[in-house]
Amino acid sequence: MDLAYTEEEEAFRARLREWLGSVLPGLPGKPDPGDWPGRRAYDSGWQKLLYDAGYAGLHWPADAGGRGATPTQHLIFLEETERAGAPYVGANFVGLLHAGPTVAAEGTAEQRARWLPPVLRGEEMWCQGFSEPDAGSDLASLRTRAVRDGDDYVVSGQKIWTSHAEVADWCELLVRTDAEAPKHRGISWLAMRMDSPGVTVRPLRTLAGSTEFAEMFLDEVRVPVSNRVGAENDGWRVTMVTLSFERGTAFVGEVVACRRTLDALAADARRSGRWDDAVLRRRLGRLNAEFRALWRLTQWNVSEAQAGGGVPGIGGSVFKLRYSHARQELYEAAAEVLGAGDDLDLDREWVLDRLSSLSYTIAAGTSQIQRNIVAERILGLPKGR
Amino acid sequence: MDFQLSEDQRALRAGIRDLLAGRFDRDRMRAAHEGGGGVDRALWRELGAAGFFALRLPEAEGGVGLGLPESVLLFEEIGRALLPGPLAATQLAAGAVKGAAEGEAVVALAEAGRPVGHLEGADALLVLDGDRARVVTGAALRQVVDGARPVRSLDPGTPLWRVPDLSAYEGEALPDGARLRREGALLTAAEQLGSSSRSLEAAVQHAGEREQFGAPIGAFQAVKHLCAGMLVRAEPARSAVYAAAVTGDPVEAAGAKLLADEAAVGNARDCLQVHGGMGFTWEADVHLRLKRAWLRAGQWVTTTDAEEALAADLG
Ligand SMILES: Cc1cc2nc3c(=O)[nH]c(=O)nc-3n(C[C@H](O)[C@H](O)[C@H](O)COP(=O)(O)OP(=O)(O)OC[C@H]3O[C@@H](n4cnc5c(N)ncnc54)[C@H](O)[C@@H]3O)c2cc1C
Repeated sequence: MDLAYTEEEEAFRARLREWLGSVLPGLPGKPDPGDWPGRRAYDSGWQKLLYDAGYAGLHWPADAGGRGATPTQHLIFLEETERAGAPYVGANFVGLLHAGPTVAAEGTAEQRARWLPPVLRGEEMWCQGFSEPDAGSDLASLRTRAVRDGDDYVVSGQKIWTSHAEVADWCELLVRTDAEAPKHRGISWLAMRMDSPGVTVRPLRTLAGSTEFAEMFLDEVRVPVSNRVGAENDGWRVTMVTLSFERGTAFVGEVVACRRTLDALAADARRSGRWDDAVLRRRLGRLNAEFRALWRLTQWNVSEAQAGGGVPGIGGSVFKLRYSHARQELYEAAAEVLGAGDDLDLDREWVLDRLSSLSYTIAAGTSQIQRNIVAERILGLPKGR
Repeated sequence: MDFQLSEDQRALRAGIRDLLAGRFDRDRMRAAHEGGGGVDRALWRELGAAGFFALRLPEAEGGVGLGLPESVLLFEEIGRALLPGPLAATQLAAGAVKGAAEGEAVVALAEAGRPVGHLEGADALLVLDGDRARVVTGAALRQVVDGARPVRSLDPGTPLWRVPDLSAYEGEALPDGARLRREGALLTAAEQLGSSSRSLEAAVQHAGEREQFGAPIGAFQAVKHLCAGMLVRAEPARSAVYAAAVTGDPVEAAGAKLLADEAAVGNARDCLQVHGGMGFTWEADVHLRLKRAWLRAGQWVTTTDAEEALAADLG
């Protein structure tokens, strides 16, 4: 066990810090959450900066346009960018954090060459079309169907909760290609262009008042067969790869951000006198232990992945479960620190964060589903009934 | 950064696991607890001979020359096996108390305001008072023992005594009491960690075997989720304990103790629940783990102290 970073890793960190120090002051201000074109431009601009400086797709393999950096370097990258308060991946979330890695792991050479560089340069955004109105937790029961017609699939059905659908160029789409097969066996993983004829996106308003996600209606949309990743009807296996990235690594940087928030809250409480409330003070102390431990758990998982190579293990479910609850607890504590009246002011950034934290125990697999996974796949308990 | 166990560390852990399996299996563990607890001197010496207490003494002083991370791995195994005795205090006193390093002496821990475990028959007392530490031996120790009265101990493995005001007894001051407290907390957290993993294993095993409604109870989601929750308590605690052992950071050690206490107590409770009526019997081991976990949670660094230390670090 050695938590010290190597000289090479520290040199990497120093260069990154210096670079962040040089570019962050010149960034434009954050766009309004409701301004989708503005958000797209902002997120894409940041990604382009990263790309030009050689920090895009750090941990992706070189033949996928990445830098072949070690998982540890990637961890340092997430730590430093969050610490510096750099922009978050935003609308690049799906492309960079799970569709991209899935294509890198499972796609053909042509697919990697076509899809990955534009993701890294921030030119093309992806969204995730997995969930359907009747297939959320029970994802494999999805019904959107794709019928082969020459070199195309003709896709019809409905997707829901599609984050960033309004700005995405591509969608990682799950479709049923064999209606007769058992439900896990008849699914395929496709990349669909969002501007294809027959795609209709209807924004849904979230409880935070924003339109983070949308419904998506697919009416005889033609998707080239060559856009399928993995074999026909082997999409469930590919999906498991996607989900392991989504749950395994996608939230890592946020732990650092939570610790920054916690520090800011403590400073606030000290200024306002709320710090004298021992119950509240100790609650914040406990959260300090929580986020420190989550960071160490991340290092543990990354070291394990580094030793094992490649795709993160299902240990990500343990992280995701603990983290999603800790994040909610953090914003509950924030409401208390900042006092009863203040949490009604929607213009305060943390108030929106408090609202959005409610989604953490639902999105990317609910806590109940994660517990099933942990119990059955890690602990080996019998299959559910 | 490489946050995985080295080959040597794995071997060390396997070594003590084997030693404990051979010398302190379940029957002996039960017998020790039925017999009123206390220290098994023969086993204590064997641990001494294996280098357990001298682990962190420099080689020049006849020690093994290993560090806190290795100690933590060993204490985790002690916690799994539910071996009673003031092991952390004795390891910390190795070098300062004659015979402690060799496993010839038992050094009990005394903290102001708490009953003292294993007092009778202890060769020395490590007295912790805030950040000051001292060792009480000889005539002063006999006076403490004479003035003590036994407590009906909640933990059948740890005989307890109420002692008179300790400040009245002379002892030899030890340097860096804050470090002793922190390291004692961490070793104890490691025991808690071992205990929490053992509770999880026992729960998973039982859930896979016991049938109700025509199926193993582990197939029912309510039971499954209890077990998953246990893993989600134990794993972050493990990362915290190991990391604190590597960095030696005081705030991190406080966090590690906090989460490990919670994991040991919470996992024992849930393990008891998974065992149903059987879990409420003296026969089942889980109550022994729960009682020990409660005891350890009150030692070295309590929940309140840990939370305050962690809060002070913020802002
Ligand atoms: C902010 C946000 C963004 C999202 N973004 C996307 C996206 O970009 N793309 C996409 O495809 N999806 C997205 N989702 C969808 C998300 O993956 C689903 O909401 C989630 O998987 C749950 O499915 P559901 O909403 O249908 O709930 P349901 O499956 O109907 O579940 C409802 C409740 O029942 C419980 N439940 C269901 N089945 C079980 C079971 N077997 N055992 C125990 N409890 C059970 C659940 O835990 C939950 O509490 C997003 C969701 C949110 C909130």
